[in-house]
Amino acid sequence: MTDPTTAAGGLLLVLAIFVPVAAMPLAFVLGGRHAERIALGTVPAGLAVAVAISAGIWRRGDALTVHVGGWAPPLGVALRADGLSAVMLLTTAIVIGAAAWFARSDFASDATRETRAPWAFWILLLAVWGALNTAFVGADLFNLYVALELLTFGAVPMVCLDGRPETLRAALRYLLFTLIGSALFVLGAALVYGAYGTLDIALLAQRVRAEPTARIAIVLMTVGLLTKTALFPLHLWLPAAHAGAPAAASAVLSALVVKAPLVLIIRLWVDALPGLATPAAAQTLAALGAAAILVGSVLALRQARLKMLVAYSTVAQVGYLFLVFPLASATQIGVSAWTGGILQIVSHAFAKAAMFFAAGLVARSLGHDRIAGMAGVGRVLPMTMFAFALAGLSLMGLPPSGGFVAKWLLLRASIDGGQWWWALVIVTGGLFTGAYVYRVLAGALSERPLDAPFAPVERSREALALLLALLSVAIGLLPLASLGFVQIGRGS
Amino acid sequence: MNPATLFGLCGAALIGLGLFGLIVQPRPLRKILAFNVLGGGVFLVFGAVAQRGAAAGFGGDPVPHGLIITAIIVAFAATALAVGLVLRLSEETGNASLSEPDDGGPGA
Repeated sequence: MTDPTTAAGGLLLVLAIFVPVAAMPLAFVLGGRHAERIALGTVPAGLAVAVAISAGIWRRGDALTVHVGGWAPPLGVALRADGLSAVMLLTTAIVIGAAAWFARSDFASDATRETRAPWAFWILLLAVWGALNTAFVGADLFNLYVALELLTFGAVPMVCLDGRPETLRAALRYLLFTLIGSALFVLGAALVYGAYGTLDIALLAQRVRAEPTARIAIVLMTVGLLTKTALFPLHLWLPAAHAGAPAAASAVLSALVVKAPLVLIIRLWVDALPGLATPAAAQTLAALGAAAILVGSVLALRQARLKMLVAYSTVAQVGYLFLVFPLASATQIGVSAWTGGILQIVSHAFAKAAMFFAAGLVARSLGHDRIAGMAGVGRVLPMTMFAFALAGLSLMGLPPSGGFVAKWLLLRASIDGGQWWWALVIVTGGLFTGAYVYRVLAGALSERPLDAPFAPVERSREALALLLALLSVAIGLLPLASLGFVQIGRGS
Repeated sequence: MNPATLFGLCGAALIGLGLFGLIVQPRPLRKILAFNVLGGGVFLVFGAVAQRGAAAGFGGDPVPHGLIITAIIVAFAATALAVGLVLRLSEETGNASLSEPDDGGPGA
């Protein structure tokens, strides 16, 4: 390993955590109008750091590592950014930035008096951003545990910003679920430390052996993370929590917050404890993922409210990533399966944020989000519904979109790998997705004029939804060769 | 049986009790208490791991102690947040039940 502390890239990794975390207490202390200005001002800085990290990794063709304070593991704690981290940092910065701009009119700070909800929203947004970045560059299992907890403490209050009883219940249920997950994760980490004397991911990869302790530890940690990422059947907390939050917060929760534990599962299985993934375990995970795709899609199809439909769609889309595990065993197919999985994370993040923005705008304009009452809304909010449709295309996996490339890579991997049944699940899931997106669009784009009062919404907010939907589609136009970026820093 | 093993077994028992309580108890306050029992069990196991200190090569590895203190602070913050939510919920609705009023859940 080259000297990690000399590279300027090391400083960037610290900045990725430092920028949002430093802005948070500033917003907390100054309050009022300043909280909004600080959050909006942090967005370009954070985005610049994410771009610089990605450029650094691209140039070096290898991961950036920094030993915090100059202490090398196992004594110190390392931060490490590989291609996967860089992609996630960029996605996070873009979605958080869009959510911040989108939230400006919902959470405009009053110049004269301070209201709690806007003030809390801007601080929580910065907190979630800091926690996400910590989770993506952490290279120490305990550090990752702390990052997940910080993420929980930022995300749970976001659910109940409006203080209605049903959102308070949703937040409490979310908190209790995710705390079980944290306890299991830290228990697994304790067992790992007891067996191998380190929690550093790179050192663990060298020391770990396939023995009962390591197996119990990886099962505990995986189940803990599954609770947080809401994989079927541990998804029960998600729909109410994600649908109850304000639109900007829902977008962040659904696009990013459930992805952090997903990325950590990849870290665990591929980077920290390789060689423990038995075929049976991988098939189990994929079976749960397949069940999530089918159950989530069917439930999404049956929802009466648009935000609930979009939230159940998240349950389904999270399932796709777990199909990667049995396909990644063979190296040749594995690369395309992993790339497909990571593309799925990113394109779903953009598409889902766009969908929640669109749902928020519809709710804002009509005063409700019942799908039955949406007939003709396409005439009033054409740009919003176009954004919803584009995001839907990406979720279905129609070309040319990010979702298409992701699902196509997974399909090809499952057929090349001789596991055709997963291909069946992917295709069926795409059909269901098409059905629930059609259900929304058929009503919204009907010829009938809207027979309900509506309020106009800002064009700039509609444009934000469209921008994210377009990004989700544009990922599908990237040349396949550039997708190798996400493999940078993969050990083998 | 040496003390480390005893503590480890006690921790495992607490983890079991806590997990059982979290899943079975319907009321939020009891769930929060169960989470703390579960957390206590995890910290005890972590402490027993420190006493073994096998990996570091000396008796009484100090690193897990630092980690346990951090984890206790995190669990404390989580408990405070959960209690805050329960209080707010009971202020708003008069009870702190997790079930929706319309699905026939008994009020606490």
